[in-house]
Amino acid sequence: MLQSLDPVVLARAQFAFTVSFHFIFPAFSIGLASYLLVLESLWLRTGKQLYLDLFRYWVKIFAVAFGMGVVSGIVMSYQFGTNWSVFSAKAGPVIGPIMAYEVLTAFFLEAGFLGVMLFGMKKVGPRLHLLATAMVALGTLISATWIVDANSWMHTPAGFAINAQGQFVPAGSWWPIIFNPSFPYRVVHTVIGAYLTTSLVVGAVGAWHLLRDAGDAHARKMFSMAMWMAALVAPVQIFAGDTQGLNTLQYEPAKIAAMEGHFDSHPHGAPLVLFGIPDPARHRMDHAIEVPKLSSLILKHDLNAPLAGLDAFPANRVPPVSILFWSFRLMVGLGFAMLGLGLWSLWARWRGTLFENRWLQRAAILMGPSGFVAVLAGWVTTEVGRQPWTVYGHLLTAQSHSPLAAPAVAASLTAFVLVYFAAFGAGTWYILRLMARSPDAGEPEPAHMPVRAAGITPAPGVDADGPKVEVHA
Amino acid sequence: MSYDLDLSTAWACVIAFAIFAYVVMDGFDLGIGILFPTLKVGPERDAAMNSIAPVWDGNETWLVLGGGGLLAAFPLAYSIILPATYPLIIAMLLGLVFRGVAFEFRWRHAPHRPLWDAAFTIGSVVATLAQGIALGAILQGISVRSDAAAGGWTYAGGWLDWLSPFSLLTGASLLVGYALLGACWLVWKTEASGQAHARRMAFWLAIAMLVALAAVSAATPFLSYAYWRRWFAVPGVFVTAQVPLLVLVTAVLFFRSLARGGERLPFLLALGLFLLGFVGLGVSMYPYIVPQSLTIWQAAAPAQSQVFMLVGAAVIIPTILAYTGWAYWVFRGKVAAEGYH
Repeated sequence: MLQSLDPVVLARAQFAFTVSFHFIFPAFSIGLASYLLVLESLWLRTGKQLYLDLFRYWVKIFAVAFGMGVVSGIVMSYQFGTNWSVFSAKAGPVIGPIMAYEVLTAFFLEAGFLGVMLFGMKKVGPRLHLLATAMVALGTLISATWIVDANSWMHTPAGFAINAQGQFVPAGSWWPIIFNPSFPYRVVHTVIGAYLTTSLVVGAVGAWHLLRDAGDAHARKMFSMAMWMAALVAPVQIFAGDTQGLNTLQYEPAKIAAMEGHFDSHPHGAPLVLFGIPDPARHRMDHAIEVPKLSSLILKHDLNAPLAGLDAFPANRVPPVSILFWSFRLMVGLGFAMLGLGLWSLWARWRGTLFENRWLQRAAILMGPSGFVAVLAGWVTTEVGRQPWTVYGHLLTAQSHSPLAAPAVAASLTAFVLVYFAAFGAGTWYILRLMARSPDAGEPEPAHMPVRAAGITPAPGVDADGPKVEVHA
Repeated sequence: MSYDLDLSTAWACVIAFAIFAYVVMDGFDLGIGILFPTLKVGPERDAAMNSIAPVWDGNETWLVLGGGGLLAAFPLAYSIILPATYPLIIAMLLGLVFRGVAFEFRWRHAPHRPLWDAAFTIGSVVATLAQGIALGAILQGISVRSDAAAGGWTYAGGWLDWLSPFSLLTGASLLVGYALLGACWLVWKTEASGQAHARRMAFWLAIAMLVALAAVSAATPFLSYAYWRRWFAVPGVFVTAQVPLLVLVTAVLFFRSLARGGERLPFLLALGLFLLGFVGLGVSMYPYIVPQSLTIWQAAAPAQSQVFMLVGAAVIIPTILAYTGWAYWVFRGKVAAEGYH
């Protein structure tokens, strides 16, 4: 049976699975690292124990999430070679240096200072410790910048030539490669997405504890900070997403046509399809609910501007419509829900009921995971939307894969699925357990300090409910 | 093109450095994973774990640099070696997942701790075996064919070509080697009964490592006539013979230091053994990056790509070494000897 499966489809499934799982962790740790930096700075400036408590509370969660991000990230750095060797051989001279710079400027920075950030407060003192936290936060941002840059180049390749061996090579300066046309839009949209994701998680945890005890000072502080962030950043994100959409229209018009569900071109203004069931086989949208001419207004700032539909492109050069149509609507819908939550929190804050409004808090809990869903939906939209290309317009996905037999790829895909669900499922459960615990006054440091005396059992606070000393038969 | 030659050699050195840095640093923390079942549950295990918890992430980053550097500087080698060792690379990555998450997970819920301790060991053993077997697979040669649609050359073998008695030998050897590094690290970083245990293990593991080095060295020249000539042809033999001689000297110093209660020196001498083994590999392989098939120049990325990165690497790698050194220095000393807070 395995022999009948297409190794390219399996390789795509494997990449989609491993990168989607991986993306969840940085989407959280990029924002959380910056939040931790803010908390620690506030603690040093104000001297308030509350901020230190919150720092120690969230740094434990950060450690678990970051560890999962690291190991799932190592997988990604090898996936290009294991499953996409032709892409690697051909695009390596352009993509490779960008990713190597990510390793050199970001991964080492994060990893080098992470140990001090997690375990070194007592060893280096608060100021150097703040520096370590800042370096970790900076590292996550630099990392996001380079990897989104490499990804952007695959969407909007620029500054390259093709040599005699068929490889993409720099045509001259690296400037047009690094600042390829979609890079600024993507990196802004991605980083804001990570910040928004984190603020929704922090807000949900704060709301959870407020529902139990509206007077919980720690919960009030984190909920308030998170709701400010959501209220301020959600509108910025909607704007950033819109500009990226305009950029995509310019460089990858077929992707926009699929996202919008426009099977046909509209020479006199295209409608915005709010809802519908795409039927790619019959090339039409069923049960469509449309706002006339709104799509042209959004994308071209003109009600009557013509807009190309999927019929304007060769049938084998368009991405799968149904996936894009739905993933895009999911992302946008959640984005507006986030905006709604932010506005609601502003209203409650103005009324002075931020910490007492139980429906707001329930909504915040419900929205807690929405950032992850939106980030993944956005990722699916942009990556599936690049199909059938790996390097848009120049290298087809069907010509990019490794010379591997289907059973090898199927076996590794199965192994990844089993291992990821086991390992990262457990990790998610540990994170939820940490979140379920209310931050205390005098929150202990990450408890497994590698600085304790021999013979002393793991310090209190390691496990809320577990035995302190293991008993083995 | 003489300047191409210089760049490719420079990049081969950078990647060799990254791989050696990885072997040195992740070697001892993988070794601790391998030895974990022999450590007593409780303080002995916790101390071993704590001695590497602040640094393991940085250690593993060198592996990412090795992979990323290979993709950037020698994309064809990357695109041939990884499919050729596909199941090994996947096994290594999954092993690293299990052991990597164990660092945090084992502290999060005590009833699960034995589970994650087991995951830590199994992950470490699998990752080490995969790396060692992959090394043997690369040394014994990878078959490639010319393919214009794949950027020049492509892997021509099947997905189990890596499996051979020789590659299994290198796999077992690396397991012994990393365990030795782990034991020596524990001699350095722990004390009392834990240290005494580590010292005993280091003694036997060093003997096993020398046997393994001898076996791999003896087998390598029989893999191909090119290796044979490289090692035994006159006059080159006068240079290459220095490698086994130095191994002998290092081994004598190692056992002397171990017997005399040395704490840091056994670790450094064990690293010395690794360095000599690594030099031996370099002697065998150079200038091939895909042995017997592609030289570093044939697999090289164009000069613009190599120059662009080399400039950055020349500045950034020393910086990385500086702050990595600082992080090690912050956590210097016996892991179990210091007071709580």
